[in-house]
Amino acid sequence: MTPVAIAQSREAVTINVAAFLLTLALFGVYVTFLGHNPWDVYYVLWLGSFARMISIESTLTNAAPLMLTALCTAIPARAGLLVIGGEGALVVGALAAVLVGVTLGGLPAWLGITLVGLSAAIAGGAWIGAAGALRQRRGVNETISTLLLNYIAIAVMYHLISGPIRDYERVLKTSSWSIPDSLRVGEMPFIDVHWGLGVGVIACLVLYVVMRRTSFGFGVDILGGNQRAAQVAGLPIDRMVILCCFAGGAAAGLAGGFEIMAVHGFASESLAVGFGYAGILVAFLARQNPAAIILMAILLGGITASGGLLQRRFDLPDATTQVLQGILFMIVLASNACYGRIGFLQPKQKAGA
Amino acid sequence: MKHASSLARISPLAPPEVAITDLTKRFGALTALDAVSLTVRPGTVHALLGENGAGKSTLVKCLMGTYRADGGQIRVDGAEMRLSNPREAQKLGLGMVYQHFTLVPSMSVAENLVLGEEDMPAVIDWPNRRKALREFMDSMPFRLDLDRVVSGLSAGEKQKLEILKQLHLGSRFLILDEPTSVLTPDEADQILGLMRDLAREGRISVVLISHKLREVETYADEVTVLRGGKRVGQGQVSDLGRADMVRMMVGEAPPATERAGAEHVTGAEVLRIDGLSVDNDRGVTAVRDLGLAVRAGEVLGIAGVSGNGQTELVEALAGQRDATGGAITVDGKPFHRTRAEMRDLKIRLLPEDPLRNACVRAMSVAENLSLRSYDEPPFSRWGFWLDRAAIRSHGEELIARFHVKTQGPDALIGTLSGGNVQRTVLARELSEGVRVLIVQNPCFGLDLKAVAEIRSRILAARDDGAAVLLISEDLDEILELSDRIAVMSQGRLVHETPRAAASLQEIGRHMAAH
Repeated sequence: MTPVAIAQSREAVTINVAAFLLTLALFGVYVTFLGHNPWDVYYVLWLGSFARMISIESTLTNAAPLMLTALCTAIPARAGLLVIGGEGALVVGALAAVLVGVTLGGLPAWLGITLVGLSAAIAGGAWIGAAGALRQRRGVNETISTLLLNYIAIAVMYHLISGPIRDYERVLKTSSWSIPDSLRVGEMPFIDVHWGLGVGVIACLVLYVVMRRTSFGFGVDILGGNQRAAQVAGLPIDRMVILCCFAGGAAAGLAGGFEIMAVHGFASESLAVGFGYAGILVAFLARQNPAAIILMAILLGGITASGGLLQRRFDLPDATTQVLQGILFMIVLASNACYGRIGFLQPKQKAGA
Repeated sequence: MKHASSLARISPLAPPEVAITDLTKRFGALTALDAVSLTVRPGTVHALLGENGAGKSTLVKCLMGTYRADGGQIRVDGAEMRLSNPREAQKLGLGMVYQHFTLVPSMSVAENLVLGEEDMPAVIDWPNRRKALREFMDSMPFRLDLDRVVSGLSAGEKQKLEILKQLHLGSRFLILDEPTSVLTPDEADQILGLMRDLAREGRISVVLISHKLREVETYADEVTVLRGGKRVGQGQVSDLGRADMVRMMVGEAPPATERAGAEHVTGAEVLRIDGLSVDNDRGVTAVRDLGLAVRAGEVLGIAGVSGNGQTELVEALAGQRDATGGAITVDGKPFHRTRAEMRDLKIRLLPEDPLRNACVRAMSVAENLSLRSYDEPPFSRWGFWLDRAAIRSHGEELIARFHVKTQGPDALIGTLSGGNVQRTVLARELSEGVRVLIVQNPCFGLDLKAVAEIRSRILAARDDGAAVLLISEDLDEILELSDRIAVMSQGRLVHETPRAAASLQEIGRHMAAH
């Protein structure tokens, strides 16, 4: 690493840690107003997220989809786009997994699982890729279009599970048909967490290498850094934007695929529970760096995992962890304004240079 | 009435005498101003000359209260002033006209004049105010229609309005920061002439910051030359010659641009543009049906007042803007502004404002040097694997070869001075063979040494057989570098002449024709 790169990572770590501590402090104020001792609340947060093996497993299970949905914001962001369509891409990927999965019962498990995963990724990729294409070809703002595509994806899902692909035998919950058991993926060795985590970590690492170590990633950084310079360099901007959107959407779609294959087995309203939106927060916490997403997703997964315990132990409202996430999001966004302004975190410069 | 009194403050009251003694300003370890003294006598035009970074703008900012000086005194009519903000300076009658316009384009002349007033009432009494403004206009040597909307004014008229705004505010001591950089030669002469006349009548004093020695010679009474934060020369303009002033500014004989005029041979036609039309951001045609051809080993200089389609033309050539019609060919092959064509046809570009148009701020100098070549061997192995070490060492080599002053190849490009950013872009664009070089305002805001160096690099590329299209608002630059000169006006080329036959008056006339 160059001295500048070291200074930049030091800056990112310092600012994020400060933002996180400030978030905890504000959350402490919030629970104090609700009549609780903030130190007890912090302890339960710790207990529910990282203190024991079982809580760590719960944290990692929550982190798995976040890694993939965070990539849906982070990869397009490197090309200069603000995509917030992870939720929709996840749902679309899950629907594709169900539709492909129910037709593939006879195949060997490894082949079937691969095909279901691929179709989920392609569906999510096409979903966000379409938003990228709309931006490049028709000038549609990608933030607005991906936000609206979220609503469309969820509405399509409700339509499908309440009619065309509804499993009428499951009476208590409106849901789709189930995929065959041969296509269900289980837990990883040594740890009670499904394979979605492994795939999420691999996806983050692969995309980190692509973005940092290949000429494609360098081109994307030029585009994200200054579109006018990318134009002068003659880069194929449309293609790069659409590819980045596709890659991000594919990651979120894959998250949907694992929600089906590893968690639910069928599509239902439980798919749209905010993994896509929390992924945006993870991407910003990680400053759009795919490798850092792994750590930040685990952090956020920890908050989600301890939510249930927190609510039970203190009889807090259901939305408590969302309040915590919301505070964190606001502070992280606001802390972006601190980059480059805190003197002792800047790379050393010679006077007059 | 208040608005009437602002008028009264200009005519009867004489401009103040402003005496600066031993003014010093430090930024950390850097001394930007080192005990500089100068006196502006009432009713004179005092020119401030110096290269970029010489301390001119620091001096002016201390005078206007934007910066607080670390040492020395500013006396206005004998009373020592501790200016702490621009409003106080304004109260004393000191006013500044900035290089870039500070008008609201969508508002009328009258509204812009009222806008600057110190205490604008919540409700504006327009009938009375207009009457006062009309009286004010009548007392001025140049006039503007109060109802015209600023966006419809020419650059010269906008500059006049900036000056009127200051006079209307009661400023009797005007600082003009390179006021003619966006004007035609005629407009520049007119405005500077009016300022000089107002000064001669004893109505105002003027501090004129300029790079243009001709303007200083013609319009200034006294001159102070700064170099490296120190005062290196001062005197009556009439006593000093142009050579003296240049020597003071640069500190040595200016590095002459080598014009290897006789050496180079003009070859076959390389760059050809036919019927090119380009819209601007608002969808209005900015370049209309433009055609030109540049031959190998030739510089075609396109002069023109800014805003006549030059930027849109360059953006269309750079791939930053789609053309609505026309064709561009290089060596007879169509050019669609793709990366492959730029590489194969060796088309290189030095856009204006290089940090905005040709560099990535978040990247290092070495990375910025590789924007053209990062996806080729040796920087890209097996077609996709980036070799960052190779990019870095290639950067180091170019930094040395093109004398880029930087902390090293890893420094972010944004930490470099303007001249060194331009050197970086030059190094990238010129280090390999060049067939077509498109250049826009390459020396804008750079100091004389960088200017001379950059110009001689451009000429060297021409001598090596490149077809150079130079688009510049600086007529001196066009005259110095071009083999052929054309004038762009309202999106068209309206006048073309070989350098040898070029007449300044003729060119100026076509530039000014709207």
